[in-house]
Amino acid sequence: MLLQGLLGIGIFAGGTLRLAIPAILGGFCLGVILGLARLARRPWIHYPAAIYIEFIRGIPLVMVIFWFWFLVPVFLRRPVPEYWVALTAFVVFEGAYIGEIVRAGIQSVARGQVDAATATGLGYLQMMWSVVLPQAIRNMIPSLVTQFIVLFKDTSLASIIGMMDLTKAAQTVTARELRPFEMYIFIAVVYWIFTYSMSRFSQWLEIRMSPEKVAS
Amino acid sequence: MLLSGFFGIPYEFRWSVLWEAPHYTWIIDGLWMTLKISALSWIFAVLLGIIFEALRTVPFRPLRALATAYVEFFRNVPLLVWLFFWYFGAPEVLPEPIRQWFIHHGMEFWSAVAGISVYHGARFSEVIRAGIQSIPKTQLEAGLSSGLSVSQTYRLIVIPIALRLIVPPVTNESLNLLKNSSLAMTIGVAELTFATRQIETYTAKAFEAFTAGTLIYLALCLSIAYIMNRVERKFAIPGLIARAERAEH
Repeated sequence: MLLQGLLGIGIFAGGTLRLAIPAILGGFCLGVILGLARLARRPWIHYPAAIYIEFIRGIPLVMVIFWFWFLVPVFLRRPVPEYWVALTAFVVFEGAYIGEIVRAGIQSVARGQVDAATATGLGYLQMMWSVVLPQAIRNMIPSLVTQFIVLFKDTSLASIIGMMDLTKAAQTVTARELRPFEMYIFIAVVYWIFTYSMSRFSQWLEIRMSPEKVAS
Repeated sequence: MLLSGFFGIPYEFRWSVLWEAPHYTWIIDGLWMTLKISALSWIFAVLLGIIFEALRTVPFRPLRALATAYVEFFRNVPLLVWLFFWYFGAPEVLPEPIRQWFIHHGMEFWSAVAGISVYHGARFSEVIRAGIQSIPKTQLEAGLSSGLSVSQTYRLIVIPIALRLIVPPVTNESLNLLKNSSLAMTIGVAELTFATRQIETYTAKAFEAFTAGTLIYLALCLSIAYIMNRVERKFAIPGLIARAERAEH
């Protein structure tokens, strides 16, 4: 059974990654837009973004997944594979959380940079794109990696709507082999290996980027 | 109500399903179950968090290693996998009479409470650790050098500061706990998300059902966040600067 599990791991961990990686990329793009919008001074940009972020952060991920599982086929008027439903739900969900990370990152860039950019005559968007964002992203990278780890764990929820990821694979094999204790411990260890290595990578990244800022 | 013409989508709205006979009782029961699970798990999680955080500061190395292993292991695995483990896997290793007792007294509920408390216990322990570590050692030294005993320093200086420092991240984690209680529906606990799904399966009015669930969760989370924000401001010590903590996952 262990051999079966190991053979399956490659395929199903791939399923999980297939969901996690596009979700973080899409969520990042959405998050940058939301973060910038949240900081905008014009109220008609600022308020919708703030409402969106607070709304999504106030409901469980399960609810978001169910909303999209219901809405996407209705809007497209045909059955949609679970992968796309889950991906849309995750992008929307992660976008809100990454929006907050982006906002914190932009606010952490020294005010002097903004002043200098305005003084040299750069417009708002030019300033954001060439001066603020590059520095902000550098500050954001630890939080972003953490968020990716969270996302990786949250992809297990996609199994609720039937998507074949690591958790769903565990359920299927358990139904067949009827040894739930070993199966779930095994899956737990697999998740742990992935997540722990990612968090060690994050710590290494932090040390490499700013050795002077790392608290012992 | 036929708003379907607007999007061209074949969907009839019928909001009355929300207050028709059995449906609203499902929602109310579901909400009550969510609150029960969240409250009970929160109490256990905070206790576990404090215990394991304390264990990590003990000078005895094996205990420290054990506590660190607990936190790292339980935190890095998704909660859903843990719930399945506690519901399907763990009862197998229980002795028979205890297992029968659980089966007759709501195994789903207790598995959910166990899974959520252990998982969030690990997360709370990290949050508390981050908070306590950010208190400058100078506070302790200042207290001792002013003539206070060790226990007095802790009681009068360190612990009040620590409590105020950890309120925002603990509120955040508690809200996460409330939202994670929705995962219990996968092992059959009839909480709020389960109730909305039930209404949806019975009436096919998914929009109304999910709206009800969403609004209730929003109301819960936003009101708790607002109340804790007021509490934090009321008890704030002027001049105490909370250092920004590294985002913990």
